[in-house]
Amino acid sequence: MAVIQLQTPLTEAVARSLKVGDTVEITGRLYTGRDAAHHRLHHGEKPPVDLGGAIIYHCGPVMVKEGDRWVCRAAGPTTSSREEPYQWEVMRDHGIRGVIGKGGMGPKTLDGCQKYGCVYLHAIGGAAQVCAERITRVDGVDWMDLGSPEAIWHLWAERFPCIVTMDSHGGSLHKEVLAASTKAIEAMRA
Amino acid sequence: MSDTLIASLVELIRRTSTILPADVVRAVEAAKGTEESGTNAAYALDVIGCNIGLAKDKSQPLCQDTGSILFYVHTPVGYDQIAFEEAAIAAVKQATAKGYLRQNSVDSITGANTGDNVGPGFPDMHFHQWRRDEVEVVLMLKGGGCENVGATYTLPNPKLGGRDLKGVENAILDCVLNAQGQGCGPGILGVGIGGDRVSGMACAKSQLLRALDDTNIDPVLAELEATVVRKANQSGIGPMGFGGKTTLLGCKVGKLNRVPASYFVSISYMCWAFRRQGVVLGADAGITRWLY
Repeated sequence: MAVIQLQTPLTEAVARSLKVGDTVEITGRLYTGRDAAHHRLHHGEKPPVDLGGAIIYHCGPVMVKEGDRWVCRAAGPTTSSREEPYQWEVMRDHGIRGVIGKGGMGPKTLDGCQKYGCVYLHAIGGAAQVCAERITRVDGVDWMDLGSPEAIWHLWAERFPCIVTMDSHGGSLHKEVLAASTKAIEAMRA
Repeated sequence: MSDTLIASLVELIRRTSTILPADVVRAVEAAKGTEESGTNAAYALDVIGCNIGLAKDKSQPLCQDTGSILFYVHTPVGYDQIAFEEAAIAAVKQATAKGYLRQNSVDSITGANTGDNVGPGFPDMHFHQWRRDEVEVVLMLKGGGCENVGATYTLPNPKLGGRDLKGVENAILDCVLNAQGQGCGPGILGVGIGGDRVSGMACAKSQLLRALDDTNIDPVLAELEATVVRKANQSGIGPMGFGGKTTLLGCKVGKLNRVPASYFVSISYMCWAFRRQGVVLGADAGITRWLY
């Protein structure tokens, strides 16, 4: 499996070139953002960072302060489906090109990926050390009043591993597996 | 408050958060052999395997969501449970400051994070007395992703069936179907049949304290456990919901009596990062033995 190297910020062309099943490694800035941050953006608050071309990471990391510097102790993905009501708006209004999370997202997000040129990147859930190893620096934090897990952390990633599971062409691995497994389990019910 | 007890509990928290128990590691290793190489499923299990090693070597959390903090404590008759709870709270605060636990205790109305993992329901204490003269402490750290996909079904259910083993099996498989991708699979299920809405789910969660490779002493439930695992693994959901052959690593079922009007099937879904460990404490509150 060839690994595609990505550098943030992503252009629309790069985001649109990715397809379900692609294995990628991301180098550059990642911004964490999960439930409370998305809720705030939805209510019209201005993001504290420029999200144009950015990748948002659904992650509430374990952070420890050593002296005056933050160190990331664990940083795997959190469940993305909770952001389903909001994610497409963040694509439309702020121009993000990628979302990293786990579990996939629904039709609104898939539609947003097609309309605005964005891609969903699946990290391995629970694998907080594999992920944290690829976070080489913590460069800042915003919205710390939301609490550490919900804050927007400015992470620097080196070859952060993901699989593309939703693309800008309407493809969704999650949709496929859900349809097949629903059929299989319904057949077992009889 | 005993400093030795606090130190023992901090070590229990560290080990629970950073080292997957041997029975779970064996189950993950066995699952690796079943997925075809080059698939997303095999990739996911490889990354999970790497993560288990890294967390142990670095003594850092397996998963950033260190979850709800559930203590199951057995004590001799007359043991001071209030002092134990105070020591557990102190240990949780220390373990949070050291980064073994994420700051996870959030006010449900204001959204304020207490910052030290303490607050109403944090940590969650379950005390039981027994006639033995030693104290046993089991700790489970249960992340929100898997906790969110747990469910309570009531039977009969028009889609799933009646108040019989087939209805129970269908309810459990429905939960597995709905959990796909969200509770990090491959998962482990704790199931409680019967009871009420509280005792049924408590029974389900306590099933997760059983060793993954044990056999249910009730042969009917043992067969149900095996059937659920076999069928879930034929569903094609796979690790992380990527598709594949390993959807569950185990299923543990208990039962309680119920009132005639109710029939609950309570299911607690645990992710592959199944963090539970336990200790037996000596007279000085030092750790004398590890349980898993």
